[in-house]
Amino acid sequence: MTNAPILTVEHLSMRFGGLVAVDDLSFSAREGEITALIGPNGAGKTTVFNCITGFYKPTEGRMALRHGNPAIFEELAALTASSLRSRHRQDGALYLLERMPDYLVTQKARVARTFQNIRLFRGMTVLENLLVAQHNPLMKASGMTLFGVFGLPVYTHAEHHAEEKAAKWLERIDLLDRADDPAGDLPYGAQRRLEIARAMCTDPVLLCLDEPAAGLNPRESAELNDLLLSIRDETGTSILLIEHDMSVVMQISDHIVVLDYGVKISDGVREEVRNDPKVIAAYLGVEDEEVEKVSSEVGL
Amino acid sequence: MEMPPSASATRVDVPRALKDAAIAGLLAFGMFLPLIGFRTYQTMSNELALEGRPGLLAIFVGLVMAASLLGSLVVRPLAERRAAMRKPGASVHAARMRATIAKWFTPFALGFMVLYPFMVWSFAGTQGSVKWIDNFGIQVLIYIMLGWGLNIVVGLAGLLDLGYVAFYAVGAYSYALLAKEFGLSFWILLPLAGILSAFWGILLGFPVLRLRGDYLAIVTLAFGEIIRLVLINWVDFTNGYAGISSIPRPSFFGIPFNADDDGFAAVFGLEFTPLYRTVFLYYIILGLALLTAFVTLRLRRLPVGRAWEALREDEIACRSLGVNTTNTKLTAFATGAMFGGFAGSFFAARQGFISPESFTFVESAMILAIVVLGGMGSMIGVAIAAVVMIGGTEIMRDLDFLKLVFGADFDPTQYRMLLFGIAMVLIMIWKPRGFISTRDPTAYLKERKTVAATFVKEGRG
Ligand SMILES: Nc1ncnc2c1ncn2[C@@H]1O[C@H](COP(=O)(O)OP(=O)(O)O)[C@@H](O)[C@H]1O
Ligand SMILES: [Mg+2]
Repeated sequence: MTNAPILTVEHLSMRFGGLVAVDDLSFSAREGEITALIGPNGAGKTTVFNCITGFYKPTEGRMALRHGNPAIFEELAALTASSLRSRHRQDGALYLLERMPDYLVTQKARVARTFQNIRLFRGMTVLENLLVAQHNPLMKASGMTLFGVFGLPVYTHAEHHAEEKAAKWLERIDLLDRADDPAGDLPYGAQRRLEIARAMCTDPVLLCLDEPAAGLNPRESAELNDLLLSIRDETGTSILLIEHDMSVVMQISDHIVVLDYGVKISDGVREEVRNDPKVIAAYLGVEDEEVEKVSSEVGL
Repeated sequence: MEMPPSASATRVDVPRALKDAAIAGLLAFGMFLPLIGFRTYQTMSNELALEGRPGLLAIFVGLVMAASLLGSLVVRPLAERRAAMRKPGASVHAARMRATIAKWFTPFALGFMVLYPFMVWSFAGTQGSVKWIDNFGIQVLIYIMLGWGLNIVVGLAGLLDLGYVAFYAVGAYSYALLAKEFGLSFWILLPLAGILSAFWGILLGFPVLRLRGDYLAIVTLAFGEIIRLVLINWVDFTNGYAGISSIPRPSFFGIPFNADDDGFAAVFGLEFTPLYRTVFLYYIILGLALLTAFVTLRLRRLPVGRAWEALREDEIACRSLGVNTTNTKLTAFATGAMFGGFAGSFFAARQGFISPESFTFVESAMILAIVVLGGMGSMIGVAIAAVVMIGGTEIMRDLDFLKLVFGADFDPTQYRMLLFGIAMVLIMIWKPRGFISTRDPTAYLKERKTVAATFVKEGRG
């Protein structure tokens, strides 16, 4: 089973002054799959996420995301030549993420993300966190606030709907009974799950998770695996995952991309990557010559 | 009854208390010596002379030492004993009590504000009540309204604005100039002044969008000063320092409040007194303040309001959820500025005279102090703070009884700022996050629980 790509990243480079954090990286994430981006600390994984989600403007490169029919990628050359951000057709749409500011990447291209250091609205309740995530549809329903101020049924109806959606996600992450508590009051593992649910409330086609298993105990980590698999299988949302925890990566990812010092060193399905000597070397911290030696020994 | 085991630990330590009091006295002496210990005055030959005031200095130092002794000998042991004696059930009881108070406070306060002029009238009579309704009631309500307006920017959206008085000024000058030039009525100019202020709010919003925290504070401060300097220097337009006088007063549906035959008193067959206008103005500002409260409470429960608070909590997370933070900030600035503009046009209509002197930085600082002291984001807290701060300063204007303590030549108004500062320091020690620091959630599934202060971010930009 090879699905069509939903996101293609081509020749992505990000430099901070003299530091090359990401160097000519190309990969793609396929629809309905979990793609893992792994690599040692400082390899540039978070930087790639920040470029995809519009928080950084990449020094170079093209990142295209599609909605709908995979054939829409035919439009890529025409879209790149134009100065537009996106191209819409009857059967789908194509977005150039590097041309969009961060909030539009979520609002229009429907890419959602979580953060390596949890960023919840700690002083707001769990429910409110999930309502803020539905800001754009609610804003529209409130007629840019006007209907809302007068309490028109259009808006109250939409808000009720938003609360139901939030409740559905809370049930799914097992936090329904904490809905009215401040988010900052939740235990760490629950905060991680809430951040994922909050991102899902924006109805993304691509969900980017930055080290979601960091700091979780083995039981929570296993629950997280189940949650991510159920998101993939039930909502059809594609997932791009940064992870350190190899048990998570190896168990749930369909496709793995390995970064080291900003350069892609391996790309493939689990077994390919697991047995790639370059990956083993990068993780064990072996010098380059030795990698070559190992490579020649295994006959690559 | 058994004494709790910790009772021995709370025994008072007299030598220690004396030592603390002595240190406090020494500090007070050092601080008050230049402030109170000496006074300059002009002699008959126009020379400046210095006069020592050892008696007054001694009274102040004595007061500080007495307060220190009282604190360590009485207040602290009592508080410790109470804490030690507290039963597990007591906090539940206290919480229920607090909930009851919270439930009844708002209707009670509303009723009080509506009936206030009549209560004062019946107590102080026609002559005495003007002062209490005007200097006290109207003044406090103006600041409640300004506090609530700034609360949107600072308390909800978390954008530290030190130039809020600029919008107050824009509102006041808009009303004054348009009313004098075109003779438009108060009720037409009120919304117009609000719109103009909101426009200036957006104008300020644009350049400061990328700034946060201290930088935002500095730029808004500068903005406030620029507006004031323009008002001073653009003499053709604003009449500079001299200000604008004889600004038209609001009328009662076209009936003016004057002693003429077609004035309010004559039309309704009453005896003329300036009190009618004062009471009318009181109800206008009460209505405006309640409108501010109503709109703010409504907005908080709408996506815009939630986005404001989310912005205060974490701007990056907001953007990652598709919230346009530019628009969110601009709407916060514009809404806050609009209420400032309403208050400003009311101020001009009430005073009949405005000059740049009414719109100095101290005014911005005062409004910000009300918001901080009240508890950022809390409407009731801000209202309480406005009553305490503005009501307090107004009461201090006639503290003649203090002359009994400090001697006949003591002028209490000169010590207003000092007392004011001491009161603020004490309140901040007692309640570091303001009078009401908990946050009311804007939506709930099962049960509305208030959010404890420790989780809520403060509006530091
Ligand atoms: N905003 C920034 N400015 C300067 N250097 C940065 C910035 N963000 C990341 N870097 C650098 O880029 C490199 C990759 O960082 P990062 O993407 O966070 O790694 P990872 O997430 O793989 O651990 C690091 O050397 C880091 O110091
Ligand atoms: Mg990282």
